[in-house]
Order: sequence, then structure tokens, then C-alpha cells
Amino acid sequence: MDRIPILKLRNLLLVSIQVDMHDRLAMQLQDELTAKISETGARGVLIDISSLDIVDSFIGRMIANIAAMARVLDAETVVVGMQPAVAITLVELGLNLPGVRTALNVDKGMALLESATRAVEDLPDVDARHTE
Amino acid sequence: MSAATDAVIPRVLKTNEATLLEEWLKEQLGAFRAAAKISETELRGQSKEFLNLLQQATQAGQVTDIRGPSFGRVRDMLGDVSRARSLQGFSPSETAMFVFSLKRPLFARIRNELSGDADSLATVTWSATELLDKLGLFTTEVYQKSREEVITRQQQELLELSTPVVKLWDGILALPMIGTLDSARTQIVMESLLQRIVETGADIAIIDITGVPTVDTLTAQHLLKTVTAARLMGADCIISGIRPQIAQTIVHLGVDLGAVITKATLADAFRRALEMTGQRDRVLKPRA
Repeated sequence: MDRIPILKLRNLLLVSIQVDMHDRLAMQLQDELTAKISETGARGVLIDISSLDIVDSFIGRMIANIAAMARVLDAETVVVGMQPAVAITLVELGLNLPGVRTALNVDKGMALLESATRAVEDLPDVDARHTE
Repeated sequence: MSAATDAVIPRVLKTNEATLLEEWLKEQLGAFRAAAKISETELRGQSKEFLNLLQQATQAGQVTDIRGPSFGRVRDMLGDVSRARSLQGFSPSETAMFVFSLKRPLFARIRNELSGDADSLATVTWSATELLDKLGLFTTEVYQKSREEVITRQQQELLELSTPVVKLWDGILALPMIGTLDSARTQIVMESLLQRIVETGADIAIIDITGVPTVDTLTAQHLLKTVTAARLMGADCIISGIRPQIAQTIVHLGVDLGAVITKATLADAFRRALEMTGQRDRVLKPRA
């Protein structure tokens, strides 16, 4: 059974989808990621989908859902490395993923997350809460 | 048609091969001044091969059934000849003349062969006419088809040429659009823009529509789709070059350009793009 690894990188979670996404895998990722966010108190989630060539409406919706859930758990989500074909497909399916931040690659996604979470991290009590 | 008359055409082709070839060549050279476009040696080669294949084909099966399997090689050869001729700039009638000019020499040979038997002569002449007419029409068909292929290819090339994606600065792409935007074209625009975004890792894409004469709801929707797709990939889009009439149309149509950044000119859009990528101070330094 395929598994999508979730890596913790400082206060970020890095998810790199390297296999063909199917429905069960997406559900599993959703479960594991939300669990991991609340477990680690991560401030940001980076989902790298640069190896994903095929999406359908379900997977598109899952990506939007995962981003929304992460936001509820107080973690910013950035989807990085979307292929042109995937972007066109999602637009044609009417899935504009509003509210999901995007970036061209992991590097830029990381910079975006850093600038988005820095404002919050500067507050001392927030930092203290997560190092406890 | 009986077997006896059926066998006449292949027999005539076989026994008179050399004479037929010479007469046919003379006919072809007389009928149109092909010499200017094609050398006599090449013409001779083509004619000889065609006679040879035709003889084999008529011997093997139904004389007038040119769609049948026995005519496969004749069709291939004729197809090649007419495709080559369409590319060499022959007119359709010049191309079809290749086959039609065989009529006179062939009929003469058939008359020699069947002199005295008027009935068979009429039958055989008829089937020979039918055969050559069908082959001639086939040539024209292939000619037409290859011309259409050329047109389609040129259209495609024109489409690709008309939508260049240029790099303006580090991380800034520009897409100057000229001409009417239809679905097929927007598709190509969208694909080439997204592809270039991946290749160059650009953060900002400026879509300049100065050269787009009219914008309707469909065009606006295509533009919005392109912008959304670019955003999904992590690049921001700026639409520039919106002329006053187009601004009016967009509002009258009730198109919501919403979150898309729009600028009047490419220069404004470029300035904004530099600001967004944090390069403005470096680039737009006042001259000392």
C-alpha cells in the first residue's frame, strides 16, 4: 500500500506527492496530515505536487479541503509545483481553489510560508506555547 | 464483363510496355510543359514504375476496382506522385494529367489489339476509361488532401507564432496578444504561457491585450481562466493594454475581473511587476 510521507521541517510540514493519487490515498493523506498538524503544532504545510500529472475533480477538491482543514488548525497551506496540464484541468473543472496559496516550487513556497508565519511567530507567547 | 475482355488490358500493358511508355511520355511532355518543373528522367522513372505496377494490378484482380487490395501499390505510388507534385507547385489539372494522358496511347494499343472485333473493343475501351478516370480522380483527391494538410499546418504555425511569450526581466514574463481570441487560440496561449512559467520560474506574467480588437464574454472568460491557471501554479498575472472601448465593453457585459490586477499600459504593468518582485529600486533607479 502506497503511503505519502509527511516530513516535519522545523515548524513546517512537507508533503511530497510522488505517486499517482487515488481516492483512498487522498483520504488517508487528509487523516494523517490533520493528525500530524495537531500533534506537532506546525504553522505551515507545504504540499509539493510537481510529480502529479493527473487530477480529477475529487483530488482537486481534496486539495482544497486539506488546505481548508489546515487553516482551521492554524497552519498556512501552500501548494507548490503544479504542472500546467493539471492547472488547466482544474480550471476547466471549475476548481479555482480559492484560499489556497500557491507557489512555483518548494523554494518559493517555503519563502512564502516564512513570510506568512513570521508575523505571528514574532509574538513571544505563541513561540512559547509551541516549545512547551 | 467476360474474362476474355478482362484480360485484354493487362495483356496490352504487358506486350506494349516500351511503346506505351514512349508514347505516353511524348503525350505528357506535349500536354503540359512539365519539363520546367520536372526533369524528363524523373518523369520517365515515374511513368515506367506506374505502368509496371498498373500491369501487375490489372492482372491480379478486378480491372476497374481501384479501391481493391490488388491496387494497393498503384495507389501508394500515385499518392506519392501527387503529393510530391502538389509540393512542387503543379496545378491540379497538371497533376491529374499524369494519368489522363495515358488514355490516348492506351486506347490506340487496345484498338490495334482488337481490330475487327467492335463489340469487345467498345467494352474494353469503356473499362479502360473507367479505370483511368478513377485513377485520375484519386490523384486529384490526394493532391487536394495534401494541399489541405499544408494549409492546416500553416494555420497551426501561425497560431504558435502569433502568441510569443517573452521574458521581460528576472521573473517577469510578457504575453503580447495580437488578433482575435477564440477558444482554440486561447488554449494554445494558456498552454504556452504556463509552460514558460514552469521553464523560467517566473513569478509574474503580464498579459497585454493591446492588439486584441474586441473582447466579448467568451474572450473575457478565457482570459480569466488563464489567470486562474497561472495562479494555481503560483504565478500572478497582470492584464494590461485595456483600451477605453474594451473597458466599457467589459463593464457593460458585467464581466467581473475581480481580483485580477489590470493596468492601462504595458509600462504600468511592468512597473507594478517590478514592485511586486521587489526589484523596483534596483531597476528604476533615477539617472545620476
